[in-house]
Amino acid sequence: MAVKNKKLNLKDKYQYLTRDMAWEPTYQKKKDIFPDEDFEGIKITDWSQWEDPFRLTMDAYWKYQAEKEKKLYAIFDAFAQNNGHQNISDARYVNALKLFLTGVSPLEYAAFQGYARVGRQFSGAGARVACQMQAIDELRHSQTQQHAMSHYNKHFNGLHDASHMHDRVWFLSVPKSFFDDARSAGPFEFLTAISFSFEYVLTNLLFVPFMSGAAYNGDMATVTFGFSAQSDEARHMTLGLEVIKFILEQHEDNVPIVQRWIDKWFWRGFRLLSLVGMMMDYMLPNKVMSWAEAWEVYYEQNGGALFKDLERYGIRPPKYQDVANDAKNHVSHQAWSTFYQYSQATNFHTWMPEEDEMKWLSEKYPETFDKYYRDRFEHWDKEQKAGRRFYNNTLPQLCQVCQIPTIFTEKDDPSMLSHRQIQHEGERYHFCSDGCCDIFKNEPEKYIQAWLPVHQIYQGNCEGADVETVVSKYYHIKLGEDNLEYLGSPDHQRWLEIKGLKPRASKPGSEQDAA
Amino acid sequence: MSVNAISEYKAEPKDRVENFHGMQLLYIYWPHHLMFCSPFAVMVAPDMTFGDFLEQVLKPAVASHPDSARADFLKAEWKLNDEPFTPDVSATMKDSGIDHKSMLTVTTPGLDGISGSGS
Repeated sequence: MAVKNKKLNLKDKYQYLTRDMAWEPTYQKKKDIFPDEDFEGIKITDWSQWEDPFRLTMDAYWKYQAEKEKKLYAIFDAFAQNNGHQNISDARYVNALKLFLTGVSPLEYAAFQGYARVGRQFSGAGARVACQMQAIDELRHSQTQQHAMSHYNKHFNGLHDASHMHDRVWFLSVPKSFFDDARSAGPFEFLTAISFSFEYVLTNLLFVPFMSGAAYNGDMATVTFGFSAQSDEARHMTLGLEVIKFILEQHEDNVPIVQRWIDKWFWRGFRLLSLVGMMMDYMLPNKVMSWAEAWEVYYEQNGGALFKDLERYGIRPPKYQDVANDAKNHVSHQAWSTFYQYSQATNFHTWMPEEDEMKWLSEKYPETFDKYYRDRFEHWDKEQKAGRRFYNNTLPQLCQVCQIPTIFTEKDDPSMLSHRQIQHEGERYHFCSDGCCDIFKNEPEKYIQAWLPVHQIYQGNCEGADVETVVSKYYHIKLGEDNLEYLGSPDHQRWLEIKGLKPRASKPGSEQDAA
Repeated sequence: MSVNAISEYKAEPKDRVENFHGMQLLYIYWPHHLMFCSPFAVMVAPDMTFGDFLEQVLKPAVASHPDSARADFLKAEWKLNDEPFTPDVSATMKDSGIDHKSMLTVTTPGLDGISGSGS
C-alpha cells in the first residue's frame, strides 16, 4: 500500500510549483538566456517585487479548466440536439457571430501565440507562469468559440472559412494588423498593449456587449462560452493591472515609455472597437444598450477611475481620449454605413434599421442620429424599396495604421472627415485621425510596410482585378449567398421557413418579416 | 522617432508607384457627401487628362448620389493635397502635379448632401 504523502498547504504548493521552478543560472549568463528583456528600454531592478496576480498552479489550473470545459461541451451538445439556432431572436443576429468568428476568434489564437512567446522572454518566474497560463486560456478560447459557433455553420452562410478570411478580407485586416503590431513588439510593449490596454481597459467593451447580446437574443451556446471564459478574463484583467503597476514601480525612466504605449494602444483599441459599436447598435435585433452608453460605463467611468489611480505613478489618461469620448456618438453609425455600402465584399449581410430601431437610435443618440445619419439611412431605405439597393462601386481609402477606411469625422465638425496626410521619405501616407498619424510618426518603418487590402487589390496580388473575382476566389466568400442585403438573402429565406412563415414576394424591400 | 528593435530594422514601403504597373493611386474626397463613407481610392494612368478623369472616373463614382446630377465639378472648388488647385481639363495627371497617392478634395458649394445633412 502506497504511503500517502503529506499534503502541501496552498501557499507552499504555489511556491514550489511556480517560483521554485526557476533558478539562478551559473553556466550561462542571464542576459544570454533572456536576451530580449531590456531592448525596449524598460528597467527592471527587482523581479521579486512581482506580485503574482493569481495564485494558481498548473495542476489546479488543469483540473479547474477541465471541469469547466466538460460542462461547456455538454451545453453545446444540448444546444445542437435541440436545434438551438431556431430559438434565437432573428436570423439577423447570426451576422454578429460571423463578425465574431472571423474577427475575434483568430485574435484569441494570435493572443495565444503572443503570450507563449513573451512568456519565454522574462527573467522573472512569476511573469513567465502568468503568461504561460494566459497563453493556454487564449488557445482554449479560440477553440471553444469555434465550437460554440460551429452549429450555426450548418444552418447559415458565411461561417465556413473564418481563419482563411481573417488573413485576407479587407476589413479583417483591421483586427489582424492590430495583433500583428502587438506581437511584433517587444515583450513589455506586448503586455502593455494586450494585458493592460486591451484586457484591462477595453475588454469589457468587447465581452459584455457580445455575451449580453447573445443572452438577449437567445443564443445559449455563446452565452455559455461567455460564462466559461469569465473567470479567465478576470484573471487576464488582474494580470494587466499588475503588469503596468510593476513596470511603473520598478524605475521612473519607465514612465514615459509606458505612457507612449498607453497612448498608442488605447487609440488602436478604440479604433478596433468601432466594429463592436456597430454590432451593438445595428446587428443585435434585441438591443442590450447603446454603444455610447457602454462607452460611458466601461470607459469614461471605469477607465476614468483607473487613470485617477495611475496618476501617482505620473501616468495621465491616454492622448486623444477626448476625441474618443466625443466619437461615442458617431462611430457605430459611421461603421455601419461603411459595411452597408461595401456589403458586396463582406462575409455577412447588412440591412437598414427597421422603423422602431430608427426610433431607438434617435433616442439613444439625441445629439447626432437625426442630425447626421437619419437622412442618409432613410434615403438608402427608399432606394432599396425602389429596387436600387445602394452599394458603393469604388474602393475606399484606408488608414495606413488602423487600416479602417478613413470614415471618421472631426470632433468639432462632424460634417468633415478627420483625414490626415503626411510625407515620409518621399512617399505620401494617409490617416483617419491624429491618433493614427502620431502612431505612424513614432515608428514609421513599422507602418510603411502595411499590407493595405485596397492597394494590394490594385497591385494585382489578390487573384483578380474586380470585386467579384477577389471576393469569390481570394476571400472564399460566395457573392450573393454569404453577403449583400439581408432582406431576401438565403439566410433570410431559411429563417422564414424555420419560423413557418411564407417567404416574401421577391420584390426587394417590401414588408419586413414579422419574426 | 524610429522603431526600437532587437536588431537593425529596415522596411520597404509596400505601396511604391512601381508596384502599380504603370498606374498610380489617387484619392478623391467630396465633402458634405458622406453617403460615400470615405474618399474613393482609384487607379489612374499618369497620362490621363483631367477631363477624362472627370468623365470616366469621378462621375461614375458619384453617380448614385442625388446631388451628382447638379454637381458642376468644373466650377467647383478644388484642392490637391490640401493646397488650392485649378483643374485644366486638357492637362494630364502628371502635368497637373497629381502624383502617386495624391488626394483631390472637391467642394461643390450649395450642394450639402441628402436633405442638406452632409450625407
